[in-house]
Amino acid sequence: MSPEQSSGPIRVLIAKPGLDGHDRGAKVVARALRDAGMEVIYAGLRQTPEEIVDSAIEEDVRLIGLSILSGAHMALFPRVLALLKQKRASRIRVFAGGIIPDEDAKRLKKMGVRAIFGPGASLDEIVATARRLAGPARS
Amino acid sequence: MSRRAPSTSPVARRILHGDRQALARLITQVENRDAAALPAVRALYPHSGRATIVGLTGPLGVGKSSLVNLLLGHLRRQGKSVGVVAVDPSSPFSGGSILGDRIRLERPPGDTDVFIRSMASRGHAGGVALATRETVRLLDAFGMDVILVETVGSGQSDVEIHDVASTSVVVVVPHLGDEVQSLKAGLFEIADVFCVNKADLPGADAAARYLAEMTQLGVRDGGWRPAVVQTSTVGPKGIEDLWASVARHEAFLDASGSRGQLDRRRLTDEILGLVRERVDARLALALARDPELQDFLDRVVAREIDPHSAADRLLSEIRRTA
Ligand code: B12
Ligand SMILES: Nc1nc2c(ncn2[C@@H]2O[C@H](COP(=O)(O)OP(=O)(O)OP(=O)(O)O)[C@@H](O)[C@H]2O)c(=O)[nH]1
Ligand SMILES: [Mg+2]
Repeated sequence: MSPEQSSGPIRVLIAKPGLDGHDRGAKVVARALRDAGMEVIYAGLRQTPEEIVDSAIEEDVRLIGLSILSGAHMALFPRVLALLKQKRASRIRVFAGGIIPDEDAKRLKKMGVRAIFGPGASLDEIVATARRLAGPARS
Repeated sequence: MSRRAPSTSPVARRILHGDRQALARLITQVENRDAAALPAVRALYPHSGRATIVGLTGPLGVGKSSLVNLLLGHLRRQGKSVGVVAVDPSSPFSGGSILGDRIRLERPPGDTDVFIRSMASRGHAGGVALATRETVRLLDAFGMDVILVETVGSGQSDVEIHDVASTSVVVVVPHLGDEVQSLKAGLFEIADVFCVNKADLPGADAAARYLAEMTQLGVRDGGWRPAVVQTSTVGPKGIEDLWASVARHEAFLDASGSRGQLDRRRLTDEILGLVRERVDARLALALARDPELQDFLDRVVAREIDPHSAADRLLSEIRRTA
């Protein structure tokens, strides 16, 4: 173990909460983050908020990326945020994408979702946002 | 000092009290080769050495993660706590990775007797990551009874699991074809148990028979003859057999006294590796910092000193500054 490398790749968990089966967006985003040098834990479909938060803690990720196209975001995203808080893991930041109407996006951001992307969002922009949200390497 | 002396590292103490976040963050530091991990890693070492460590290796897509999932359920029903380390390859281009083994792993929500960690190989060949061994040891110290390690799945070169696991399971599928050849080259030698998965597909009996014949070759008197089991994760079928074979091998390790020898050999290798790493680091530092050594190198380039003599000088140099 050498002192000069104290920070490694950014670790991100990508998950699809709820029963939504649209997984193209989540996969595209996962690939883009990998191609940007990040380690992406792809948790896949039908994850409960509890599973997502437990996985994020075990994997020690800096970011959770949630993808929903089914419309259940107002029920599921706040639950993820609440569980992170409850488990004292709010240092893990949440961002998201999918079909999320503007007024919902506004409210979710107020609750603590850091960034939200819709159909056609640029992958470069998503990568840049992930980097910014991950912040400087913590020690 | 007694084996379970109270820990002087606060992080280690938190981990020994079941703090999952502290464990997760320590694993990250170990992966990043961060020296900040050392006090806790050292303090936790005496608490390791209890767990049964089972490696699952074999070519891409043979069903390793699906088997880990079923073994996990089987072991939980027996009341055993289970750690999982699942290794996937890093992209040689970006250094990034998609770690997808977790998709197949199910467990009851909030089950604190399970700890699952995905790990990228970060360019390390051999089927595991550099940090895999230490991570397994941390899960061991954390109190996991059984630790399941899934390798990258690149095939014949995934032999390093043999230095990490107490029992190595080599997973294959019925239509072996060319894979048999590559098995002979590498994986065959490390198998304690052969698992013919996807036994719901045709050809499983023939594959199992072939493997059973192969295992008759080269078994020393009193040595372990690799077991051959058939499993299917759809159905599922054969999971109890698989675990029974693992358990039999574990019992063999104890009865034959090989466990102690194995542990000693591996730890010796590990220590030698660590020494090499430290010597390398010190050599690099000496070369970079010491202007005299640079002059010395110039003389080697000028053919005034030969490389062997130079190596001796360099070695005595770092011994002097140690
Ligand atoms: C393809 C598609 C399907 C495919 C899905 C295939 C698959 N495996 O993904 C199939 C045919 C199976 C399907 C089925 C259904 N679909 Co559909 N489907 C679509 C469609 C046309 C495109 C979605 C897509 O793949 N886009 C391409 C990807 C790359 O884009 P994306 O997911 O938006 O992701 C981008 C961003 O959103 C963002 N992003 C997404 N996730 C994340 C995550 C993070 C962390 C970040 C940072 C960014 C991010 O970045 C991505 C890149 O730009 C959309 C319409 C649309 N234009 O979006 C409807 C749509 C999503 N479907 C819809 C519906 C209703 C259904 C069905 C219920 C239809 C039915 N009645 O059977 C079923 C349900 C299936 C299920 N089990 O959930 C509705 C949803 C309505 C709503 N939310 O109110 C939509 C919006 C169509 C519509 N206008 O009505 N569908
Ligand atoms: N028919 C059949 N398919 C199986 C069986 N076990 C796994 N599979 C399928 O094989 C594919 C790969 O399964 P995984 O468990 O992900 O295999 P893996 O070896 O972990 O894969 P990698 O980690 O990518 O190397 C999936 O589509 C599984 O559904 C089995 O017993 N029978
Ligand atoms: Mg797998």
